[in-house]
Amino acid sequence: MENSRRGFMGKVFGAVAGVGAVGTLYAMKKSWDPLPSVKAAGFTTVDVSTVEPNKLVVEKWRGKPIFILKKTPEMVAKQTEAETARDVIIDGEHFLICIGLCTHLGCIPAYRENKDDFKCACHGGEFDASGINTKAPPPSPMVIPPFNVKGKTVVLGEEGDQYRKMKEAGVLA
Amino acid sequence: MAHFTKATSVHDWLDQRLAIDTLRRVLAKEYWIPKNINFLWAMGMVLAFTFGILLVSGIFLLMYYQPNVNLAFDSVNYTIMREVEFGWLWRHVHAVAASVVFLIIYIHMLTGIYYGSYKKGREMIWISGMLLFVAFSAEAFSGYMLPWGQMSYWAGMVITNLFSLGSLEFNGLVEWIRGDYVPGQAFLDRFFMLHVLLIPLAILALIGLHFGALRIPHVNNQDGEEIDFEEEAAKYKAGRKRESKVIAFANDFLSKDMFVVSIFLLFFFYLVFWHYGFAMDPINFDPADGLKTPPHIYPEWYFLWSYEILRPFPKDPGLIAFGFAQVIFFLLPFLDKSPNAVPASRRGIFFWWFWALVIDMIVLTAMGKLPPQGIYSTIGLVAAVAFIGLWIALPFITKMEKKV
Repeated sequence: MENSRRGFMGKVFGAVAGVGAVGTLYAMKKSWDPLPSVKAAGFTTVDVSTVEPNKLVVEKWRGKPIFILKKTPEMVAKQTEAETARDVIIDGEHFLICIGLCTHLGCIPAYRENKDDFKCACHGGEFDASGINTKAPPPSPMVIPPFNVKGKTVVLGEEGDQYRKMKEAGVLA
Repeated sequence: MAHFTKATSVHDWLDQRLAIDTLRRVLAKEYWIPKNINFLWAMGMVLAFTFGILLVSGIFLLMYYQPNVNLAFDSVNYTIMREVEFGWLWRHVHAVAASVVFLIIYIHMLTGIYYGSYKKGREMIWISGMLLFVAFSAEAFSGYMLPWGQMSYWAGMVITNLFSLGSLEFNGLVEWIRGDYVPGQAFLDRFFMLHVLLIPLAILALIGLHFGALRIPHVNNQDGEEIDFEEEAAKYKAGRKRESKVIAFANDFLSKDMFVVSIFLLFFFYLVFWHYGFAMDPINFDPADGLKTPPHIYPEWYFLWSYEILRPFPKDPGLIAFGFAQVIFFLLPFLDKSPNAVPASRRGIFFWWFWALVIDMIVLTAMGKLPPQGIYSTIGLVAAVAFIGLWIALPFITKMEKKV
């Protein structure tokens, strides 16, 4: 049977069917990928010159909320080194820029101005003013998105020098 | 070619071509059901009927629904609810049936567990039933996305985020499922397709498998008695119906089934006309807003118990516990080490295990609805640990069980 014509035909059939199945699955997988138009809409420029200290500004980037928080000098003064390492410096001022989603299950935490921290209403997680998780369930700090500082503006989605330094230091999330 | 004769009637004409008499005999007249059962044995037919109601009401909703992020909310809340005559009826029937179907599924499952209807050849009935439970869950979730309200959007966000598998950070997989960085048009379109075509097809196929799995072992009975169906059927066919332990599926058993279905329908339409509100979350009457999380996100009541198993733990252990809760019911026939296929009341500790499981799941359900604070978090954690503990204990409890 192994070497017979029938066996050969069986193997050819199996090979053709296999190629067809793999090709079909590949096409199906690719059809579910995000569309080019969705991916292309991935750069947002934000002017931070008018942002007030200790007032949370929420921008939208790739459909996600981006937290932009200008820190007051008092907040900067009492920060730990780990917190300062996550600060984005724009025109000499310290900013928190992060994706405003709880790292537990993606809810949006609220900023509490009197306590300088974030509280997630879904499952009670908390983050400090640098987006570092201080109370479970969130397992990690809020993520810093790719950014590039250009004068008094910041481009979200582009990797600039400050972003690369944070990436090397491993403080992005 | 087969030999055909001139038909004597329409019936005969069809019978020669489709063997309708044979079909009716095999599927209905000579498919045997034990006499020793109670109303809980009618839940299968109640479920089949409710699925039919979902299908019909769904077809009418489908004719006006718009799967578009800008139009979906209004097509449901304005077009269907206010413009389409009796549109409100289809929507409320669909929503109430989607909720009630889970109540009946849980009763159906617990009946099976109580009477040991998942062993001694009935394993495939249980497994195909659990596959149906998963398919119904996926159907409920995908349908919940469609009105594109706040709860639709945020439930979609939270549930698809589960596929990042915690610290494994499979964000590419999450974006692939959504077709976007966040739930958007691609997400709504594909969940619409899943809800109206692919998952219903899977459900229909699984119902076929579930019925087929019943054929050889037959339905269990109130005492777990092993019945010689051929012998009992012979008595029935010989006219000794009183003596026989079985009756025919149709029309004998079916008429009893339909009686229970009719009682169920009275309850069902009472809910549809006077108490549909429980199936409609008020938060979902706000249109989806990706920049505003509702203060408290919770699933529909039938998912609360498994949600509460996810919630009290840190991220990764929570996901593992959640995964455990999703698959563990599948393994029931293999975790129950006792040969006894009798009601739980005759099985010693298993009886207490059964009721502990029921109470634990009710507690988990209640806690899942409450905000995760203070004493609720603690009760939730204890109940979640108890759930896992009960399942780990099951093989040991049933191994020690005496044979009855």
